[in-house]
Amino acid sequence: MSLFTSRKTRFVDSDILIIGGGFGGCGAAYESRYWGRDLKIVLVEKANIERSGAVAHGLSAINCYMGMRWGENQPEDFVRYARGDLMGLVREDLIFDIARHVDATVHKFEEWGLPIMKDPKTGRYLREGKWQVMIHGESYKPIIAEAARKSASEVYNRIMVTHLLMDRTHPNRVAGAVGFSVRDGGMYVFRAKAVIVAAGGASHVFKPRSSGEGAGRTWYAPWSSASAYGLVLRTGAKMIQMENRVVLSRFKDGYGPVGAWSLLLKAKNTNAYGDDYEAARFDEIKALVGKYAEISPMPTCLRNHAMLQEIKAGNGPIYMQTQKVLDTREKEEIGWEDFLDMTVSQAVVWASQNIDPKEKPSELTTSEPYIMGSHATCSGAWASGPEDCAPADYQWGYNRMTTVEGLFGAGDTIGGSAHKFSSGSFTEGRIAGKAAVKYVTELSGNPPEVDEAEIRMLQETIFRPLETYTVGRNEIVAGSVAPSYISPLQGLQRLEKIMDEYAGGIGTLYSTNEPMLNRGLELLAMLKEDLDHIGAEDIHQLQRAWELHHRVWTAEAVLRHTLYRQETRWPGYYYRGDYPRLNDADWHAFTASQYDAKTDEWHMSKLPVHHIIA
Amino acid sequence: MPTFTYMTRCDGCGECVDICPSDIMHIDSVYRRSYNIEPNFCWECYSCVKACPQHAIDVRGYADFAPLGHSVRVRREESNGTISWKIRYRDGREKEFTFPIRTTPWGSIKPPSEYETPDANALGTPLLAHEPAALEVNALPALPQGESGNSNRNEG
Repeated sequence: MSLFTSRKTRFVDSDILIIGGGFGGCGAAYESRYWGRDLKIVLVEKANIERSGAVAHGLSAINCYMGMRWGENQPEDFVRYARGDLMGLVREDLIFDIARHVDATVHKFEEWGLPIMKDPKTGRYLREGKWQVMIHGESYKPIIAEAARKSASEVYNRIMVTHLLMDRTHPNRVAGAVGFSVRDGGMYVFRAKAVIVAAGGASHVFKPRSSGEGAGRTWYAPWSSASAYGLVLRTGAKMIQMENRVVLSRFKDGYGPVGAWSLLLKAKNTNAYGDDYEAARFDEIKALVGKYAEISPMPTCLRNHAMLQEIKAGNGPIYMQTQKVLDTREKEEIGWEDFLDMTVSQAVVWASQNIDPKEKPSELTTSEPYIMGSHATCSGAWASGPEDCAPADYQWGYNRMTTVEGLFGAGDTIGGSAHKFSSGSFTEGRIAGKAAVKYVTELSGNPPEVDEAEIRMLQETIFRPLETYTVGRNEIVAGSVAPSYISPLQGLQRLEKIMDEYAGGIGTLYSTNEPMLNRGLELLAMLKEDLDHIGAEDIHQLQRAWELHHRVWTAEAVLRHTLYRQETRWPGYYYRGDYPRLNDADWHAFTASQYDAKTDEWHMSKLPVHHIIA
Repeated sequence: MPTFTYMTRCDGCGECVDICPSDIMHIDSVYRRSYNIEPNFCWECYSCVKACPQHAIDVRGYADFAPLGHSVRVRREESNGTISWKIRYRDGREKEFTFPIRTTPWGSIKPPSEYETPDANALGTPLLAHEPAALEVNALPALPQGESGNSNRNEG
């Protein structure tokens, strides 16, 4: 008999359940309310939507805006850009779909009160680069959260969702989700006709460069706990491109953004001796990846590769030559606001290390890898595409529905669709929100039903770490070392070490191979067994325990996809030492996995990449 | 630590507990004031610093790479729509910046349900709310002619 079966359980019914209140979730709430006036729309968030998700901190730019009204770019141009940056492998239908809608989203943000910088000469939005516009974005998230709060029927803050629920009688249909309150420890059962997963991608799957208390300063938020994948993949939904982790070249330690510095202020990257190493290494990169080296701008992974080669050659540190471009107060303000709006830590680095960017250059480095679907990378669920432009084998129902009926996604959740960023994730949430309204409206027959027995079983599972701790803690005098349990942090550190050493983290300069990946899978299997022995001393640690579950399941997908793709597609993101070349003949394809919970097996396959834009 | 709370300024109101995206600002059971329970899960996002009515929370940069003696202070004023920063270097130099945060009154966003109810038939079209007007072009772009289908060119 469990010590915790007397826990209070609350049932919440809805037509549409949105999991995660970041940009994807807020967009889903807005759009589903617009089309579904009488529907019950519930948004659940593990923090507080006022400041949650990857944009909690703020942002200094919107990285996805076409500017169609001024004839600046067309959606097909954006598809070519994202495809090139990802070395050819993207879902062009999904990217086209976001690009054709995203301007309307950004115009709405401006109407709501987001200050977008203007070019004083043209009156148009001030461009940082071809696709980016500069904003005063400290309050970007609170503004968007206001719109979401006014859209959802109910917003549940501080609920950690742990599992999705499947329909009792229809095994490939979603029926809701379960989780617990991080405040009072009560269990929540959300029953819904459609579920939109708009949870976050993953930091802290790979060991971070920072150590000790600095471990919180990852480039992607520490609360991005892989729930987008940890929730979805366990339902048996097909996942793609989970090997396509992203590594970012950023200001060292603080991970301050480089976009405004390189694109708007035109500061140059050099090696320690002032040389332009990217240009010098062009022929070498071309020999490695052929035509992909000629894409302009050079793909993100290849620019990382150039930096890594330079560091390996002993020519570091790599510098951003900030002091050469800050010749006016306006430029100095742009440079500082870039950090203060979205990465205050980088301003802290400058202040603490006496670096004035007007006087001296700042170091750059490559980050640890992250798993995401919204940046220069596209891990995530295989989703049905837009009816009017997706190839036939890319659509099987409703736009942005996964291979599980009624289960939709947005933002980091959806795979194949890189370069969404904030505006594109919100737009994808809108697309999923409208499609979910259509799905719910057209749903015939019995609505999905949750399985009471499964809920009782999940209740035991979810709260077990509290019991494990209470019992195990009695064996020892004091301290953190116990024979029968490990803490969530101890489990996380094991995960990070496995992934760093075997799956291509910073420790091997992003290199791995088949024997290493197989060894990583062996060690991860034992960590998965040990997840049954996580001890949580309070409800906060119980949240950390379930974040760890989501990260570990995601890590397994990363290992399996990395093993399956026998090539080095993205040098600079990771290298397969046993397959060091890009191989278009065999691998111009998506890698796909499907987890079968009944047999505990993973099924790997290839899916075709269709080029629908010339 | 990264964030920490000054003992003499905190009155235990809990605004920081309510806003922290990482759930790491908690109330100490003895002193009834907030503190950062897990600095290694702090992003230095400043959400708690900005939300604190007493200005009781500050940041001391991560110990593994930030030398002591710096400070980055902030005042976020929703009523003015501005945020002001004061940066003090380890060597004593100071810089100040003020930036806008919002151009409209807080709470002024028009909810989607206050727009005219869309035609039920429009649910089957690719148009999203407020389109095509909000795009500020004549029509929602369609896939360029002759480009749809299952072609399988290996384009970069």
